[in-house]
Amino acid sequence: MIRLEKRPQPSQTWSMATPLVAVVATMIFGGALFGVLGTNPLAAIRTIFFDPLFGEFAFYYRPQLLVKGAPLVLIAIGLSLGFKAGIWNIGAEGQYIIGALVGAGIGLAFYPLEAWYIFPLMILGGAFGGFVWAAIPALLKVRFGTNEILVSLMLVYVAEQFLASMSLGLMKNPEGFGFPGSRNLQEYASAHNTELIAGSGMHLGVVFAFIAVIFAYVLLNRHMLGFQIRLTGEAPRAARFAGVKPARLILFCLGTSGALAGLAGLFEVSGPAGQINIDFNVGYGFTAIIVAFLGRLHPVGILLAGGLMALTYIGGEIAQGQLGLPAAAIQVFQGMLLFFLLALDLLTNFRLRLAKGEVA
Amino acid sequence: MNETLLKIEGLTKAYPGVVANDSVSFDIDVGEVHALLGENGAGKSTLVKMIYGLVKPDSGRMVLRGQPFAPAEPRAARADGIAMVFQHFSLFDALNVAENIALGMEDPPRMRDLARRIREVSETYGLPLDPFRTVGDLSAGERQRVEIIRCLLQDPKLLIMDEPTSVLTPQEVGILFQTLEKLRSEGTSILYISHKLEEIRRLCDTATILRLGRNVGTCLPAETTARDMAEMMVGSTLQTPERAGRDFGDVALDLSGLSVPSPSAFGTSLKNVHLTVRRGEILGIGGVAGNGQDELLGVLSGEIPTAADAVKLGGQPIGRLGPTARRRLGLLAAPEERLGHAAASDMSLTENALLTGAVREKLVANGFLRWGAAQGFAERVISAFDVRTPGPANAARSLSGGNLQKFVIGREVLQAPEVLVVNQPTWGVDAAAAAAIRQALLDLAAKGTAVVCISQDLDELMEISDSFAALNEGRLSAPKDTSGLTVDEIGLMMGGAHGMEVAHV
Repeated sequence: MIRLEKRPQPSQTWSMATPLVAVVATMIFGGALFGVLGTNPLAAIRTIFFDPLFGEFAFYYRPQLLVKGAPLVLIAIGLSLGFKAGIWNIGAEGQYIIGALVGAGIGLAFYPLEAWYIFPLMILGGAFGGFVWAAIPALLKVRFGTNEILVSLMLVYVAEQFLASMSLGLMKNPEGFGFPGSRNLQEYASAHNTELIAGSGMHLGVVFAFIAVIFAYVLLNRHMLGFQIRLTGEAPRAARFAGVKPARLILFCLGTSGALAGLAGLFEVSGPAGQINIDFNVGYGFTAIIVAFLGRLHPVGILLAGGLMALTYIGGEIAQGQLGLPAAAIQVFQGMLLFFLLALDLLTNFRLRLAKGEVA
Repeated sequence: MNETLLKIEGLTKAYPGVVANDSVSFDIDVGEVHALLGENGAGKSTLVKMIYGLVKPDSGRMVLRGQPFAPAEPRAARADGIAMVFQHFSLFDALNVAENIALGMEDPPRMRDLARRIREVSETYGLPLDPFRTVGDLSAGERQRVEIIRCLLQDPKLLIMDEPTSVLTPQEVGILFQTLEKLRSEGTSILYISHKLEEIRRLCDTATILRLGRNVGTCLPAETTARDMAEMMVGSTLQTPERAGRDFGDVALDLSGLSVPSPSAFGTSLKNVHLTVRRGEILGIGGVAGNGQDELLGVLSGEIPTAADAVKLGGQPIGRLGPTARRRLGLLAAPEERLGHAAASDMSLTENALLTGAVREKLVANGFLRWGAAQGFAERVISAFDVRTPGPANAARSLSGGNLQKFVIGREVLQAPEVLVVNQPTWGVDAAAAAAIRQALLDLAAKGTAVVCISQDLDELMEISDSFAALNEGRLSAPKDTSGLTVDEIGLMMGGAHGMEVAHV
């Protein structure tokens, strides 16, 4: 019989090792799944994990990695601050949309004026939009004790309706022949989030993602506010005893994660996506929740997890195209990754013991 | 009377890293009150859990009335006439007494019949209790009666009681003892677990003393002094805390007309509390658990805000200030619950030192943490209070209760407070650590700190405090000088038997 025994304190080694073991386990079981579906497992694994980085068309896929990874990391960093404190912002997708709408709205309002200050204003607007959208559940929670999970999640659907209304109404391109969607910001130089190095995929959002990682690392490890965030998550009563003001912490965590999600939306709409449209959001806000946990809510971990998640997305698309794997199989594969990670997480706090069953 | 009911032979139970019971043997006679005595961690709980079928022994055997006895689960133990009253009650606050009792029965009778039987038993044994009252409204003593009556309805041959008096006023203890004596006269055996020596001397026929999992001796409590029993328990000579002079300075802490609703639904609201503590004075606050102790600590630590004037520190109104601002002014506190309130269990001792030490020990500069200084502070607490741990990087939960408590108290004491408030400073702590903590509080007072010690351990309060007041349903009695206080006076301050007449036995 296998028994679980609580460790006197969390194991550092396992905390670092579980993501790696989880990835390996996913490769094994995912490979088996692909095998059952009639695809060569090794080829499938190679297509997903290897080809985007080192394959024949890697020159095309590598920039994609940054483009897909940056918004995930940017959003996940914000979410991780709240998650660490036990404040659950599930609505990053909505904050991402509103950030994009406000940012793009500012850009479109200036059209066709060309000026240096337009893009910085759009960045501020994007962050502000996301902040405000996240401040709604925060204020409701502080004032009326509502559940931030439900409120932030439901606001995603409100944001999606806003997005549709804007794409079909206020922000619709007057020269768009009646098609839904705004003007393409890629064709408006002052509002375009250009690649910093052509062909690298490196845009300002990637830079912001890296800055967010460093900022979060310093905050959590060196600053009193970060300590209070961790303390609140570990022991809320001890946090109050230590003098943490819960209301301020809720506003900070939700506000920051909203602002970062809004920034991610702004960089996406002004760069890779180019325009506001009905199908602008593709689920970065939800996937970022997985990324945050895959990275164990640690800034560096989130950076790696964002890269890994982007890799499975791109590799998954290649596998769909080249090997004919169904999209559902790729989603199962990604789900497996999270499953193994959470399951193996147990080993950080418990150790397995093989023991003889007790004689009754 | 000398017929043996339960014979325990060589029971051994080992957990990873610790032998909880090491071949423990003793006999319980029919109609005997048998005390099981020992410090925390001596193995008392493990032993009774084996008798009650909650834990299976690794080796050894038990014989009940001449038959081999190895209960696989509590149900089997109950079927053989063994009942247990746990230290922590398993009652639902929102249900009434009869409903709670019905929940624990194999096949409960109709509610009306059950209520009648509850009344019968409660009258027979002098345990006044109304079957239709909601448990949430009952005092701790009354809740315990629910548990006892639940056991008595099974007509037990052996009743196990785990620390039954820790939640009772002296008057309620008197009622309980009358009940237990009546049970004994009817031939029921009682296994009585406690570390309160005087009451064991009053009640018990025989005592078995456990130390570090071994049976270190048996004695007749009536013929043995409390001190001798204590030294058997501890295995060494006890140091009695001593204090130097008793010079009080100005009033350091002043509560006047403090009324605060409790933040939780089944908590106790504080009603019109007045108290003053002078520099160098230790004020002991007694009372049965759940009479407003947590709320009083919250009001003083700053977790529960009050009207500004209700709490004054050195004459300055601080009722609206939060915990951080109060620490800056020198009002420090150590709550009862070590893990989760006084300390964060998964965080290191360094981080836990930062938890309350940030302001006074200057562990933060411009919002940034000074990890080196925090670790230094944690190390000072560890060495000054002899906290047994490999180092400050260890998680709080890896420490034993006594060691963590020394850390928690030491963390506040070393910050040189003007006023220190502690709640249950030695709860669940071994005798040596408890003595060290009490000594530290006395030393602190000798240096001019005003100390408020909230505790349910009356012996502790009598030992260290200069004045004594009691909390009863959120009201604080007027403080009295400790010297010359009698047990009866203390009991009345604690609310007597909580308004209940002693039933006629």
